[in-house]
Amino acid sequence: MNNHVILDVQNLKKYFQVGKNLTLKAVDDVSFQLHEGETLGLVGESGCGKTTCGRTCLGLYSRTDGKVLYKGQDVHLMKGAEKFAFKKEAQMIFQDPYASLNPRMTVSDIVAEGIDIHKLAANKKERDEKIFHYLNLVGLNKEHANRFVHEFSGGQRQRIGIARALAVEPKFMVLDEPISALDVSIQAQIVNLLIKLQKEMGLTYLFVAHDLSMVKHISDRVAVMYLGSMVEITTSEELYENPLHPYTKALLSAIPIPDPDVELQREQTRIKLEGDVPSPINPAPGCRFKGRCKYAKAICSEQTPQLKDMGNGHCVACHLYNQ
Amino acid sequence: MSKLLEVKNLRVSYHTYAGEVQSVRGVTFDVEEGEAIAIVGESGCGKSVTAKSIMGLIKTPPGEIKAGSEILYRGENILNYDKKQMSHYRGGESAIIFQDALAALNPTMTVGKQIVENLMMHRKTIMVDGKEVKLTKRLAMQEAVKMLKMVGIPNAEQRAKQYPHEYSGGMRQRAMIAIAFACQPKLLIADEPTTALDVTIQAQIMDLIKDLQKQLNTSVILITHDLGVVANVAKRIVVMYSGNIVERGNARDIFYHPKHPYTCALLEAVPRLDLKNKQELASIEGTPPDLLAPPKGCPFSTRCKYCMEICCEQAPAATDFGDGHEAACWLHHPLAPKDDVPFKTEVRHE
Repeated sequence: MNNHVILDVQNLKKYFQVGKNLTLKAVDDVSFQLHEGETLGLVGESGCGKTTCGRTCLGLYSRTDGKVLYKGQDVHLMKGAEKFAFKKEAQMIFQDPYASLNPRMTVSDIVAEGIDIHKLAANKKERDEKIFHYLNLVGLNKEHANRFVHEFSGGQRQRIGIARALAVEPKFMVLDEPISALDVSIQAQIVNLLIKLQKEMGLTYLFVAHDLSMVKHISDRVAVMYLGSMVEITTSEELYENPLHPYTKALLSAIPIPDPDVELQREQTRIKLEGDVPSPINPAPGCRFKGRCKYAKAICSEQTPQLKDMGNGHCVACHLYNQ
Repeated sequence: MSKLLEVKNLRVSYHTYAGEVQSVRGVTFDVEEGEAIAIVGESGCGKSVTAKSIMGLIKTPPGEIKAGSEILYRGENILNYDKKQMSHYRGGESAIIFQDALAALNPTMTVGKQIVENLMMHRKTIMVDGKEVKLTKRLAMQEAVKMLKMVGIPNAEQRAKQYPHEYSGGMRQRAMIAIAFACQPKLLIADEPTTALDVTIQAQIMDLIKDLQKQLNTSVILITHDLGVVANVAKRIVVMYSGNIVERGNARDIFYHPKHPYTCALLEAVPRLDLKNKQELASIEGTPPDLLAPPKGCPFSTRCKYCMEICCEQAPAATDFGDGHEAACWLHHPLAPKDDVPFKTEVRHE
């Protein structure tokens, strides 16, 4: 990892109009930077806007406001050859390995689609070699190339999705909950594969997930989102050792640990969150978390807290730390 | 404590175009009164089919519960129940919570009515102020609101008049639990109740199930693929793999002294928050075997790091380690190598 910034997200906003005078603020004023070769984990409950954020970063959604700069260029203003080149460098892996692969195409065609579009293979022989190379890389073999997607299990499908993304030699990948649809034993396989590929090819990952334990394992830095805004961002070690935001603390203490004795100890200290995530449609002003926060004060309803650096790049958006 | 439920040599197959899928291949376990046990395994290992069999929900055809299987509820084989006995048992004596609450609830009925339906079906009388009176629809509705309050749904009176699509994911799961508990069943099966939910909501739902289990002295069978979820709920754990039980025992034995390579691998595959090391996760290579043609020997042999010749030839018998802890693995055979195995193979006596 070096200090070269590959993706710079500045005050990104993405609103959806869901009816007359109803605005769903999926991503509201989110800023972060991604360095080359690093993995940033983006975590939060469902409906907090993490997937929307990932997709907007790749230009799959148009933005409402703010900027996404990829190597200094605005992703949403790119045109023609520039955009074509960006699409080769930035790839996405989707959550649902069943819905994201075309059932009418063979595996080799799925993997080769990017190769064909970006003309990465000079002839048929090279194309085949490339397909086999990438299938091999993700732990599939030659015999799988001519099969259709329905013949594969969930874990294998996710591997096909990874092979497809890798085939265009990307630099930056958005992984949108790549493991949440898989079994525990298969999750470990895919995560190991992702880490191995990152080391070998120097990839940069934006890892979107709701499973904090897996995020801790794979990420260098972690950003916690709640209802469209970022509440905390820091290195993964720091986040787990010294969480600052009440939401992060609650989230961490809700994760079950496969150890009966540790669980019994945690029982007393566990921070329980009551209720559900409120609706992101026309949210009230102030801190989004105030309704579920036990430290909520008057100022929390009046002013939206801003991300503030507490030292060593550990940023938190909470009025508790604003004295 | 007496045994509430005994499952003996349960074998279930599905007949498909491709052939006979042997989903459950000889499963034996029991549940005591007021006890919580967990069945853990990957998808496709037959845990949900086991649950459905216990509830009498296997549709034949294509499903078939093989001759010789027994499911004894208080000593009576439910497989021999007639229609009337079955409908009393299912819903009245036992209840099930499914993973996908939106699919399991009726979208055309209000949540309150769905609870009332269950009450009217199974109960003739109800206790009001300590007196037993005949159950009427109005009383049933009051009871339904009480149930919704019990599972922690705010504004229960209004919420009872709403439809499932107006509920959030966690609330739907709570509504399911309210329906399941309406007739005060003796046995509750929770089939992956929290898999579709966020961690914070998962913690809420697990707490709720645990509280109700203690309050009403219900036996719970918790079915899940996540060992973390069961750590602080279940007293005993059954680990299933491709239609077989590979290991069973007390929660502490399973977590601290696993005796089967599959259980060990499952425990190692989960990244833990409380551990700092960032080494490679221990993954289980390969995929579970095809149940159309299950392997001859140990079902785990194809993925096992410690596979020996005999593992591919013959299925291992269960070795007893005392205190109800059993594992089916050839490594525990006196002739098996004792080095390089992930667990101590000696029989433990305490």
